[in-house]
Amino acid sequence: MHMKIKSMILLAALLGATGAAQAEESVWTWLGSIWRQNEVNPVQNAAWQEECGSCHFAYQPGLLPTQSWEKLLDAKALEDHFGENAELDADTLKEVRDFALENAADKSWYKRARKIAKATENGEAPLRITEVRYIKRKHHEIPEKMIKGNKDVKSLSYCDACHTQAKKGVFDEDTVRIPNYPDWED
Amino acid sequence: MKNMTAMFLALGLLAAPVAFATPASDSLLAQYKSEGAGKADAAKAKSDWTREVMVEGEKMSCATCHGTDFSKPGKHHKTGKVIEPMSMKVNAERYTDVKKIEKWFKRNCKDAWGRECTAQEKADFLTFLLAQ
Repeated sequence: MHMKIKSMILLAALLGATGAAQAEESVWTWLGSIWRQNEVNPVQNAAWQEECGSCHFAYQPGLLPTQSWEKLLDAKALEDHFGENAELDADTLKEVRDFALENAADKSWYKRARKIAKATENGEAPLRITEVRYIKRKHHEIPEKMIKGNKDVKSLSYCDACHTQAKKGVFDEDTVRIPNYPDWED
Repeated sequence: MKNMTAMFLALGLLAAPVAFATPASDSLLAQYKSEGAGKADAAKAKSDWTREVMVEGEKMSCATCHGTDFSKPGKHHKTGKVIEPMSMKVNAERYTDVKKIEKWFKRNCKDAWGRECTAQEKADFLTFLLAQ
């Protein structure tokens, strides 16, 4: 009986906290979310894998909000994709774009995608995943020498240099191995 | 008579240039011809491969990313992404997909030379690369 009351109080407290903490992401919003699922939606699409993945890590659509993908995956914009020509024919572009828009951060219930959606809901939509506030904050404790100064990493853009499960949409700390820094722990 | 036929056949085989081709490369070479390309010039492609052009302040050529040893993988100059070898002998997937060949010709000519390649240039490159 005691146990039951205790858990009911705890549940009530959690639900209450959810409402109050809605505006800011916190451990309470995370705990209170009934859609709490781990990580980024690990969706797969053959065209996405081929077209994006042949030049760089095939970043999951859940890593940026809809507005960002709309800007990036545009026929004109792809002619100068961060300095490279990444033109696609109309059919392929449509497939890749639809896939991104359907699975963008703000359309996903996955934990990390939700956080990215929250971090980008105000202001200009970022073009770079590394400019998302949440992503920046998650990495700012890691010294420069381990990323930029690390010949096997070079930049935050190479997710899978350290995130060993990045391809599966898993970016959890426990899966991080920084090349040349085997003893690193958060 | 039979011997003669066999001899002619053998001579014919010997005389045929050793060349690799795929259904995709055949159809593309025919397409380039219909777009005005003349006889493909592999020697021109060979020298064009390393011809450097200034594009947005950077000296670029095909070899910048693909290298000059076609049996070895290349590396993208910016992203560092490994580019599979260009030689069909070590990379059987090369030159088997018309759309893919055209897509990369379009992008890479613009990236390396700042413009699209002509049908003649593409015929030259494709012929040259098929023989590597």
